[in-house]
Amino acid sequence: MLILHCPYCGTDADETELAPGGEAHLKRFGPGSQDADFEAYLFARENPMGVHFERWRHANGCGKWFHAARCTTTLEVFGTYSAQTLDPPQEIRDAITAKRPGWRWRDFA
Amino acid sequence: MSNAVSALQGEVYKGFATVADVGPSGMIALRGDLGAAKLKGAVKKATGVAVPGMRKAGFAGDNGVCWMSPDELLILCPYESAGDMTTALQEALAGTHHLAANVSDARARIVVSGGDMREVLAKLTPADVSAAAFVPGDFRRSRLAQVPAAFWMADDETVEVVCFRSVARYVFDILKNAAIPGSEAGFMGT
Ligand SMILES: [Zn+2]
Repeated sequence: MLILHCPYCGTDADETELAPGGEAHLKRFGPGSQDADFEAYLFARENPMGVHFERWRHANGCGKWFHAARCTTTLEVFGTYSAQTLDPPQEIRDAITAKRPGWRWRDFA
Repeated sequence: MSNAVSALQGEVYKGFATVADVGPSGMIALRGDLGAAKLKGAVKKATGVAVPGMRKAGFAGDNGVCWMSPDELLILCPYESAGDMTTALQEALAGTHHLAANVSDARARIVVSGGDMREVLAKLTPADVSAAAFVPGDFRRSRLAQVPAAFWMADDETVEVVCFRSVARYVFDILKNAAIPGSEAGFMGT
């Protein structure tokens, strides 16, 4: 059972209270962008074994979206953080580095 | 003027805990900046209750104010007062980004009482409702079986539940089913 701490209401919510929102930190490419960028925005997703960044919504709870950093192989959660950010905060990166030295995910390390 | 009735029309079930429809109940959804002095003042003036902290609920007389999310409160009041209270909040918050809506007829309010009421709740929600984690003054939004619901404790043996009116029958029936005599799990140590 996956349990994520909701940064908005402080609840340790189990996955039955949560709705998955897919990969985090996608950059939108809209009208006027290159076809390859638009295609990647729509379809290209990471599928890592290990460190991953995701969006979740506390659907059966406070209703807010937030971010989570976790390991897809062990289900270990490195931390959750605000939705109002374009990249993971330093304390989340540090928490991952402590457990998975040398990790890399897209442009983050 | 139509005759307002609750979805469950006062239904009561007595099992090892009692499940009862509260009947028509006033509820106002208030969204805005909960930290703003103007909003805090408006809520206090309209309800007599201070804006509660995260996952808390406060009560004064017939009124209550519950923390729903960082930008939303649920105000509880007598059914007849909800219209005027909504208008008062809207007037007090005029010019401020906010939403005050009378949602009384969109929700249902059910009370589960009796010494074993934690058992009933624990069968249906993933939230920790043990005496160590959930006490009067706390407010929790979660789910009951397959639908969203929020609950708080009125006192040590009474929990109140709000859900959408459209699922009132479902919520009442699952609470009733969880309270059938002989189905006590004995897990909550009561
Ligand atoms: Zn939450």
